[in-house]
Amino acid sequence: MSLLSQPTLSHYLILGAILFAISVIGIFLNRRNVLIMLMAIELMLLAVNLNFIAFSRFLGDTAGQVFVFFILTVAAAESAIGLAILVLLFRNIGSIDIEEMGRLKG
Amino acid sequence: MSFQTFIFYAFAAILVFAGLRVITTRNPVHAALWLVLSFFSAAGVWLLLQAEFLAIALVLVYVGAVMVLFLFVVMMLDVNFDKLRERFKSYIPVAATVGILVLVEMTLVLVGGYLGGERTVAPPASAAGYSNTKTLGLQIYTDYAYPFEIAAMILLVAIIAAIALTHRRRRETKHQNPAEQVRVRRDDRLRILNIPAEKREP
Repeated sequence: MSLLSQPTLSHYLILGAILFAISVIGIFLNRRNVLIMLMAIELMLLAVNLNFIAFSRFLGDTAGQVFVFFILTVAAAESAIGLAILVLLFRNIGSIDIEEMGRLKG
Repeated sequence: MSFQTFIFYAFAAILVFAGLRVITTRNPVHAALWLVLSFFSAAGVWLLLQAEFLAIALVLVYVGAVMVLFLFVVMMLDVNFDKLRERFKSYIPVAATVGILVLVEMTLVLVGGYLGGERTVAPPASAAGYSNTKTLGLQIYTDYAYPFEIAAMILLVAIIAAIALTHRRRRETKHQNPAEQVRVRRDDRLRILNIPAEKREP
């Protein structure tokens, strides 16, 4: 497998792995900022979806694409609720710092 | 190098760069815009994988709805984002360690399972009359009908949860309560006083 050859399954899987690692690093780097954390989670789901679609194409089975469809649905619901909780958090403690969340105390 | 191969590497490079900018940029509005760029490039890669419907859905749903939601929230909150980045550099060692660990583990899985296998050869492109959307639709409405309904239910729950969480009753607004208006009785509104008539002094 030369580096710049016709993209094969491994190329797509490696791209997905790099994207996933980037988003894991992003969660650790921005661990006080909930907003960027949510964006990193979206990026992580994108990497997972990329793997699903690559396998669906190379194994010739469209079930993978159906699963990506469901993951997109759940991810949209997750980000909507996550942002709603974020807005609520900001109204209550005036900050979106994770370390200030301890002030909520139940 | 064919044109398709060039497209793949171009989109992959843009995708990785935009992803890196999302997690390192200072301004969250810029982070959201970089995320839009990474979604667009991912849609391009998905088109190369012949998943046309999902590529368009990604652009419409994510770029059109979710990212606008993110931007709305960023602009609604008055947060001092520089304060949140105070100890940004001190998190780099642990983040790099975990990131490299994840990458190494994934590489081990890939090398063990898929690299160099016979399954890495791309199947031939689909025939001229093939419709990705039609195939997906047939599958969703037959084999995956129940999961599809559960997905609809999840979206409904998300709508209700988001509204219930962020809805607040403003005290200063004036509004009517129809139930009370209907239930009102004559005695609540009207009081007849028995005032004796005064006689004018002659």
